[in-house]
Amino acid sequence: MYAQMVETGVKQVKDRADMDAQEAAFMAQIDAEDKIEPQSWMPEAYRKTLIRQISQHAHSEIIGMQPEGNWLTRAPTLKRKLQLAAKIQDECGHGLYLYSAAETLGASRSQMLDDLHTGKAKYSSIFNYPTLSWADIGAVGWLVDGAAIVNQVMLQRTSYGPYARAMVRICKEESFHQRQGYELLLTMMQQGTQAQKDMVQDSINRLWWPSLMMFGPTDDESPNSAQSMAWKIKRKGNDEIRQQFIDQTIPQLEVLGCTVPDPDLKWNEETGHYDYGTIDWAEFFAVIKGNGPCNKQRLARKVQAHENGAWVREAAIAYADKQANTKSQQSNTNKVA
Amino acid sequence: MNKTDWPLYEVFIRSRHGLSHKHVGSVHAADETMAMENARELYTRRNEGTSIWVVDSNAICASAPEQKDAMFTSPVEKIYRHPSFYQLPASVDKM
Repeated sequence: MYAQMVETGVKQVKDRADMDAQEAAFMAQIDAEDKIEPQSWMPEAYRKTLIRQISQHAHSEIIGMQPEGNWLTRAPTLKRKLQLAAKIQDECGHGLYLYSAAETLGASRSQMLDDLHTGKAKYSSIFNYPTLSWADIGAVGWLVDGAAIVNQVMLQRTSYGPYARAMVRICKEESFHQRQGYELLLTMMQQGTQAQKDMVQDSINRLWWPSLMMFGPTDDESPNSAQSMAWKIKRKGNDEIRQQFIDQTIPQLEVLGCTVPDPDLKWNEETGHYDYGTIDWAEFFAVIKGNGPCNKQRLARKVQAHENGAWVREAAIAYADKQANTKSQQSNTNKVA
Repeated sequence: MNKTDWPLYEVFIRSRHGLSHKHVGSVHAADETMAMENARELYTRRNEGTSIWVVDSNAICASAPEQKDAMFTSPVEKIYRHPSFYQLPASVDKM
């Protein structure tokens, strides 16, 4: 999941009996699966939760370019380099679709960027792990984008119209990401040397658990999750989509001929799902709090890129102003003539 | 540093000849030329279009949700505006 543990600002899910007519009508609209649109009335907590979630999602896409960009100049062939460049451009595009969706709720682009740059806003924990080998590029596409797809397919049915529509576009493009990642790994496993095959297994060993953490902690007792579900911002629980991801990924793992670093992983005939081991939530919370392997590097790089681009933004505005002035002077001259 | 956002433009794309332009999203840009370039990069990376319109978001006048009843209810009642309202003999009903 690209947005984890989104704060809703509520201590418990609001009881319908406590709602005024306006809010009751809003909930009836949600229940009827009508999309909420930018101009619709909405509770302030719903608006704020969505801004938090959508901006966090956008930041994840933007920061997510860094671990991939790390290998762009070292891609093994021109074909792989073009594919990776296209994927990275998509991630940027996804970030921009999402920032636009958040802006329909009244958030400003520069404020959202400020919140990211000052560390106030979060992004997905997964992007604070390093990409140490070329195989990581494949594993990121297959596992990280794979996990994101499960989440984002669900979000295509989210209750806020602009967010749902952004998700439809994003899901179409993510499918390319996951397939290219898997094909990259498959090529290494089928045609690679032993060292290259080991590289694939090492990559899966490092990224498997962080990928499962992307879905966020178990949501049994979280009022945030319950409220997001009541508002139909989220449509499925964290554990449910995590299980769905594991169930669909293990058969693909077997085709690769690899394993995951979980001795407890086994098919459960009775439940029809894979059982899996306990996730190290202490690690997850440490990464979320800023103590992952790459948190500082990722944020510093983002701030640096933004600052380095300042003169371009200023020049573009100065040029636009100059053009507009010239135009208005010309039209004045024409009037005189 | 200039903290204000660049103006917002709404993006409309004609996906194929013969179809009308459809709203796909928005972009920020310093001017119209840049808005067009940004829209091209952001919304047509996979043969999505044959033509793009970019429109300053402030130039759009939208109906308000609370006007929905006033604006759209009446035609629903005017069922005689639809061909299916008119019952014709079976022999000429393909009309």
